[in-house]
Amino acid sequence: MLENYFPILLFILVGLGFGCAPILLGRIVAPHKPDSEKLSPFECGFEPFEDARMKFDVRYYLIAIIFIIFDLEIAFLFPWASIFQEIVNTPAVKLFGFIEMFVFIGILVLGYIYAWAKGALDWE
Amino acid sequence: MDELLAPVKALLGPAFPLVWTMVKIVGILAPLMLCVAYLTFWERKVIGWMQVRIGPNRVGPWGLLQPIADGIKLFLKEIVFPTKADKPLFVIAPIMALAPALAVWAVVPFSDGWVLANIDAGVLFVLAIGSVGVYGVIIAGWASNSKYPFLGAMRAAAQMVSYEVSMGLALITVLMVSNSLNLTAIVNGQAEGRFADMGLSVFSWNWLPLLPMFVVYLISGVAETNRAPFDVVEGESEIVAGHMVEYSGMAFALFFLAEYANMILVAAMTSLFFLGGWLSPVGFIPDGFHWFALKMSAILFFFLWIRATFPRYRYDQVMRLGWKVFVPLTLVWILVVGVWMMSPLTIWN
Repeated sequence: MLENYFPILLFILVGLGFGCAPILLGRIVAPHKPDSEKLSPFECGFEPFEDARMKFDVRYYLIAIIFIIFDLEIAFLFPWASIFQEIVNTPAVKLFGFIEMFVFIGILVLGYIYAWAKGALDWE
Repeated sequence: MDELLAPVKALLGPAFPLVWTMVKIVGILAPLMLCVAYLTFWERKVIGWMQVRIGPNRVGPWGLLQPIADGIKLFLKEIVFPTKADKPLFVIAPIMALAPALAVWAVVPFSDGWVLANIDAGVLFVLAIGSVGVYGVIIAGWASNSKYPFLGAMRAAAQMVSYEVSMGLALITVLMVSNSLNLTAIVNGQAEGRFADMGLSVFSWNWLPLLPMFVVYLISGVAETNRAPFDVVEGESEIVAGHMVEYSGMAFALFFLAEYANMILVAAMTSLFFLGGWLSPVGFIPDGFHWFALKMSAILFFFLWIRATFPRYRYDQVMRLGWKVFVPLTLVWILVVGVWMMSPLTIWN
């Protein structure tokens, strides 16, 4: 069972190696003549004013939080969805398996409506 | 095949599985990289024709060597490490962007049985590793310590996670009707049904009963890979190139490769989940890898086509489409599919 995952591990390592190699080779083959202008942050030709570590819009943070909630929801839906046909084909749990998950989704939808009403999804 | 491999097996002994897996990995990666290179060429050609230009035509016959010339050029360019940048993170970022875009191919079945790792949690693996790509973008923006990359990375991260939600929810419906997380099983499940029995397998694929989800998945895929018309992340005319501004030479090339590898990946996933992968659309033509390649090419052409056709969305429009249109639509469609499967009218059993 677990040996099925060995090629994947190997593939990830090859992927990482495939990422590192061009940078290393580029560093060796390509010229390397740094000067202070070349190494300064790009700002369309102006001298950079202020630090780049600046304040940013809190909405990005809100989106990240809402994303976590929805992603967890998806993680919970996956096992249910992948056996849903078996649930449907088993008369004993058919209705229960269906209603229970939609109660769960319903609770999430309540939160979603709240976030929408509060303007957490607005960008204007 | 086994007989041919027997002497090699005897020669390598216990190291054989390792070597054989490496050969397969190279067998996937090398054509993939070639496809990436020629996808960039094809993109320039197609957009050229759509704008009544001829596109690249100087390097080699019909410009066919253009991607190779581009590669060599990028290879010989200096990699600039800005003074203010956080060096280790600055180097890690492009690798973090490319590695997951390649690693996902470990579970992609190219034809029945043609898969490196036929794992039962294939869909989970695709989603999990696919999500790691966003780290490359946000690390690049942070490590550059420059304003445009920072703004671009914030936008990119928010956009990518938003569309991941609608992609994930769209996939729930696919899982409900496929009864499996295994990619090969999902494709084979699409070969059954009333239309498939009549020899018209094309109408049994998931795209027809799950049509709204197919559209959501495809558009989310375009947004997820930050392609036009959702390329506010790069937005040449507003934030010059987003998180890639400070990158040059091969470090920049890695982001470029990652973007196109991700495009091909989204095309592959769409054809596996909704367009029946390697299945033939009609009964009398055999299934095979060529169908998979054809479907992927069609979706990739669609990507290039919409890039040449639509103007860029505004950022608030991008976010509104993801959160206020796709998320409710997918949630409703999960309910619809659930009720459909519970009712006597079900077409999946």
